[in-house]
Amino acid sequence: MLQIKKLHKSYPIGNTSLHVLKGIDLSVEEGEMVAIMGSSGSGKSTLLNIIGMLDEADSGEYILDGLLIKNLTEKKAAVYRNKFLGFIFQSFNLINYKNALENVALPLYYQGLKRKERQELAMFHLEKVGLTNWAHHLPKELSGGQKQRVAIARALAANPKLLLADEPTGALDSTTSHEIMAFIQQLNDEGKTILMVTHEEDIANMCKRIVRLRDGIIIEDKKINQIRAGQHV
Amino acid sequence: MFDLDLWREIFQSINKNRTRSLLSGFTVAFAILLFTILFGIANGLQNTFEQEFVDTASNSIFIMSGQTSIASEGLQAGRKIQFKNEDYDYIKEEFSDKVEFITSRVFKSVNASYKNEKNSYSLIAVHPDYQFVEKNIIKEGRYINQNDIENRTKVIVIGRLVEEDLFINESSIGKYINLNGIQYKVVGTFMDEGGDDEERIIYMPLTTAQHLYGNNDYIDQMNLTYSPDLNYEQALGFSNLLTRKLKSRFSVANDDQRGIRVFNMAEATQQVDQMTLGLTVIILVIGFGTLIAGIVGISNIMIFIVKERTKEIGIRKALGATPRSIVSIILIESILITAIAGYVGLLIGVGVLELIGSGLEVYFITNPGVNNSLVFGATITLVLAGALAGYLPAQKASQIKPIVALRND
Ligand SMILES: Nc1ncnc2c1ncn2[C@@H]1O[C@H](COP(=O)(O)OP(=O)(O)OP(=O)(O)O)[C@@H](O)[C@H]1O
Ligand SMILES: [Mg+2]
Repeated sequence: MLQIKKLHKSYPIGNTSLHVLKGIDLSVEEGEMVAIMGSSGSGKSTLLNIIGMLDEADSGEYILDGLLIKNLTEKKAAVYRNKFLGFIFQSFNLINYKNALENVALPLYYQGLKRKERQELAMFHLEKVGLTNWAHHLPKELSGGQKQRVAIARALAANPKLLLADEPTGALDSTTSHEIMAFIQQLNDEGKTILMVTHEEDIANMCKRIVRLRDGIIIEDKKINQIRAGQHV
Repeated sequence: MFDLDLWREIFQSINKNRTRSLLSGFTVAFAILLFTILFGIANGLQNTFEQEFVDTASNSIFIMSGQTSIASEGLQAGRKIQFKNEDYDYIKEEFSDKVEFITSRVFKSVNASYKNEKNSYSLIAVHPDYQFVEKNIIKEGRYINQNDIENRTKVIVIGRLVEEDLFINESSIGKYINLNGIQYKVVGTFMDEGGDDEERIIYMPLTTAQHLYGNNDYIDQMNLTYSPDLNYEQALGFSNLLTRKLKSRFSVANDDQRGIRVFNMAEATQQVDQMTLGLTVIILVIGFGTLIAGIVGISNIMIFIVKERTKEIGIRKALGATPRSIVSIILIESILITAIAGYVGLLIGVGVLELIGSGLEVYFITNPGVNNSLVFGATITLVLAGALAGYLPAQKASQIKPIVALRND
C-alpha cells in the first residue's frame, strides 16, 4: 500500500529549523489498521499529513500505491487526494455553511459525479454512520460525535483506499469514542487500510499494529491482537 | 460550458455568507452610486453653462455705436456716431469672404393690440439673416424675407409668447396686429431657446421700420456671424480689423472705447470653453477619485474574504479540489456580487438624480444625468478590480499546502 524510506521533515522557526521527522522507515500493507502513537510533539501528525499529501517531506522517499509522491503539481495532488485518500481530523473540519449531506457529497463533487448520484451516495454513507435523520442539519446543530461521524461519512464517500485519521476520538468522550472506533474497525473489516494517530492506549489497542514515535524516529513497531470496540460498550 | 454545479456552489456560498456578500456588494454599490450622482451633478452644471449661450450663434459679432470719448481728427469728444444702411452695405462688401450672415437692427418699443388684447413688446427691425444670427426657430409661417426689405411690406413675425398673449386659442398667421396705430400682418411665429424674454419679441423688416418710424436710414446696431471656417485667432483678427476699419471710417480714435464697440462672441465662447474644460477636469478627478476609493475598498474586502475562506480552501483541497476550481469559485462569486451591486448602485444613483434633479436649478444644475456607457464602464472597472484583487490572493491560497490552510483559524 505504502512505503516510506528515510523520510525527513523540518519546520523553519525563525532563523533555525526544527527537525521533526528524522528518518522514518515505514511500510503499510493493504488491509492493515495501524495506530501511530507517541508523546505530544513527537511528529505523529506531521507524518500522517505527509502520508495524506497535505504536506511534503524535505527528503526521503514516499511511494503510495506504487506511485512516487514527489514534486507533484497541486493539480495532480488534488486527483490523488480525491481518489486514494480519505481524511478524518480531530477537529472535524466540516464546512460550516453546508449541511451534513452537502459536506459528505463534496468529495463526490470533486470526483465529477452528477448531482443526483452525489446525493444518493452521500445519503448512503450518512445512513452507514447512522445519521439519516440529521442529513439536513448544519454542523453547528450536531454534537461532536455526530460531527465526527459526518466527517467519517465524508472520508468514505469517495471510496478511498487509505483512510487517515488524526486523533479521530480526541474530542469525544469514551462512549462516543468507542462507537466511532467500532465503526472504523468495521471499515477495516471491509478491507480499508487505516492509519490513525492516537494518544490513548485503549484506542491504539483496537488497531492491529502500533507504531511508536519519539523525537522523530520510530522506536517501536509491533503487531498486536485487536481488541474489538464492541467488547467495551 | 455552463457548469450548473459550480453555480450552485457559488450561490450557496453567497446565500449562506450574507454578511460577507453584502459587505462587498455595498462597497461597490456605494462607489457607483457616488460616481453616478457626482457625475450627474457635474453634467448638470455643464448643461446650465451651455444653455446660457445656446440661443445666440457662438460665432457672432455685435457692432454698436455710441458717443466718442476722445477728440480725434479735429472733431470734439462727445460726438454721436450713427450707423446707416451704407455702413451695413460697406461691411457686407468689404468682408464678404468672412461674413456668413449679417443683419442690421433697429430697436423700438411698441404697444400691440389684437381685438381686446393689448400689451407692450420690444420690436426689432431686422434683415432676413437675423433668423440665423439669433437662432430663431420658425414655428409657423415664414420669417422676414428679402422681398419684405425691398418693398417695405407691413408684415411682422411674432414670438411664441406674443401669440399666446394676444391670440386666445387662435392662430395668428394672416391676422393683423395694431402696433402704435398701424396694422401689420403676421406672417410667422418663432421660438427661441433663450428663455421667455426672447419669445416676447416682434420682428419687422428693417426698411419698413426705417420708413415708418422716422423716414431715415438709421441703424441702431449690426450683428453678424463670421464664417465657421475661421479659428479662434482668425476670428479675433477679423473683429480687430473690422473695428479699426470702422473707426477710421467714422474718424474715431483707435483707443476710443465708446464711439464704436465691437463685441466678439468668440471671446465669451472661449471663456465658456475654459469653464467647461475646468468642469471636465473636475469631473475626471471626481470620477477617478471615487473609482480608486471603490477599487481600494473592494480589493481590501477580497483579500479579507480569501483570508476568511482559507480554512475552507484547505478542507476543499484535502477533499480533492484542484487549484483551478478554488480560484474560479472565489472569482465568479466576487464578479457576480460586484456586477449586481454595481448595477444596483447605478439604478439607485439614476433614480436619485431623477428624483432631485429638477429641484436643483437654483444651484445652476440643469437636467443632471449621466452617460450610461460611462457608468457601465465604471462598474466594469470595479468588477475587474474586484476580480483582480480577488484573483491574486485566491491564486495564492489555491497553491498553498492544504495543511497550512487547514491550520488557519
Ligand atoms: N507548521 C509548523 N511550523 C513549525 N513547527 C511545527 C509546525 N507543525 C508542527 N510543528 C512542530 O513540529 C513538532 C511535531 O508536531 P506534530 O504536530 O507532528 O506533533 P504531534 O506528534 O502530532 O503532537 P500532538 O500529539 O500534540 O498532536 C512540534 O514540536 C510542533 O511544534
Ligand atoms: Mg498531532
